[in-house]
Amino acid sequence: MSAHSGNGSRWGLRFLGLGYVFLLLLLPLGLIFYKTFEHGLAPPIDAITSPDGLHALKLTLIMVAIAVPLNTIFGVGCALLLVRHRVRGSGVIDAIINLPFAISPIVIGLSLFLLYGTKGWFEPALAEAGIKVLFSVPGMVLASIFVSLPFVVRETVPVLQEIGTEQEQAASTLGANAWQTFWRVTLPAIRWGVAYGVVLTTARVLGEFGAVSVVSGSISGQTQTLPLFVEKQYENFNLPGAFGASVLLAVLALSTLLAMNVLKRKEDA
Amino acid sequence: MSAHPATADSVETPRAGVRLPGVGAGLGRGLVVLYLSLLVLLPLAALTDKSLSLGLGHFWEQVTQPQAVNSLELTLIASLIVVVINAFFGTILAWLLVRDEFPGKAFVNAVIDLPFALPTIVASLILIELWGTKSPLGVDIALSRYAVIVALLFVTLPFVVRAVQPLLIEMDREMEEAAASLGAGGFTIFRRIIFPNLLPGLAAGIALAFARALGEFGSVLLFAGGLPDTQVSSVYIKQLIENGNEAGAAAVSIVLLAASVLMLVLVSLAQRWGSRHERSSGAGLTNMPMSGFESSPHEEDDDERA
Repeated sequence: MSAHSGNGSRWGLRFLGLGYVFLLLLLPLGLIFYKTFEHGLAPPIDAITSPDGLHALKLTLIMVAIAVPLNTIFGVGCALLLVRHRVRGSGVIDAIINLPFAISPIVIGLSLFLLYGTKGWFEPALAEAGIKVLFSVPGMVLASIFVSLPFVVRETVPVLQEIGTEQEQAASTLGANAWQTFWRVTLPAIRWGVAYGVVLTTARVLGEFGAVSVVSGSISGQTQTLPLFVEKQYENFNLPGAFGASVLLAVLALSTLLAMNVLKRKEDA
Repeated sequence: MSAHPATADSVETPRAGVRLPGVGAGLGRGLVVLYLSLLVLLPLAALTDKSLSLGLGHFWEQVTQPQAVNSLELTLIASLIVVVINAFFGTILAWLLVRDEFPGKAFVNAVIDLPFALPTIVASLILIELWGTKSPLGVDIALSRYAVIVALLFVTLPFVVRAVQPLLIEMDREMEEAAASLGAGGFTIFRRIIFPNLLPGLAAGIALAFARALGEFGSVLLFAGGLPDTQVSSVYIKQLIENGNEAGAAAVSIVLLAASVLMLVLVSLAQRWGSRHERSSGAGLTNMPMSGFESSPHEEDDDERA
């Protein structure tokens, strides 16, 4: 397998590796595009532009609009804290941040379900205030924030470590205050790392299924995001609807990949 | 385990530089802890509380239900198989992406991350189309245990590739050349030199993939279904929730959670082991290259010094 090994083993490896990617990733993805547009553009478009489809799309975008900015602000702040302050308990904070990656989406959904549900800890207070968390938008937002929490922190920490502090020290020597230094020096230096984290967060929020499915109740036209819409349409044997929404999500996923690559290149440049 | 406790923090990073603007360390830490507590820890506390709400005996009873045991067993075995297969193919792919040149390499490199970007429910649907009753290849594995394996292979593909790739990039090729000049063959070089160097990344990638596989839900749901013998734990938990057995669902969740957390601990150990020889980092897991983004330490001097 080294550079010195023969051509035969090189081709063997290519065959194995690329064949695996083709069979596991590319072939199924290609097939879904084919199946969706097999009978023209109309069926998938009709499905997505149905009232339930449009509502699902809108709700998905609302999730992104709330969860992504919150996790971005938290992520950058938390990364600064972990890297620059080295406060006591950094290790614990770091471990907690990574928890959402280790927990099944269903378990995340269940945890929120138990906390905000009918017999949950917060139930009496919330009922009194007339706030409905479970089976409505707030619960779904909480689930989205939970599952996508680690991305920005994870992507920002290494970049922050790498840029060092010389330029920031120079800025503050020249009289810049903390905010000026942050906006003019630090943020521009870490922007591609942060942006990369934002892209990953967005992709995760757009596509989250398990956690949201537990807390939302998946009521058509009310608490259904696009991934939940896909499942419902599939279960109701409305394949054009399921395919149409899937392709829309797949296109978003592919745009994510593209964005990731552009950002990676910018970061390396 | 902690033979080298100091290594992770051995290099003192400068303490100056910009900090949390507007707030001090104490307030900053307070805010971070508050955010994490409200959003992450509190729900998990409710889960733990619920799982034990009817006593330890009831917890044990729920976890040892035949269906619960079956689902945990299937989840564990399927995850193990998947991780072994993806460790093999992942290493090959990382190798191809670093050491080989072929047309479309950039495309393949980008597409590896597809499972991270594609919603899991969509993954389930596309896998059914290819490997289900209407399979154009004539292979129907939908609603079987093979479907669990294929779905998990799909979602965990990137982990090993992305964990091994940076180690291969950084690896010094002189050792290989020395071995080759001493007459070692391709396989010997791989086994004696390359493989040991990749081991930390491989271990971390495997543990991350394993943690992901243990909890996977969406991609398995439609493709493998919830039949008694194709039900992974997450699907079983969902079914318990739907049947109103919240304490049971919470109990099985705790078992699943414990397994995944154990995996994360292993990742962090693997990482520490991996970074023993490098300049270090200090922020633990957060540095795990998990999704293609590779910071490039050698380029920091190129920054424009404004």
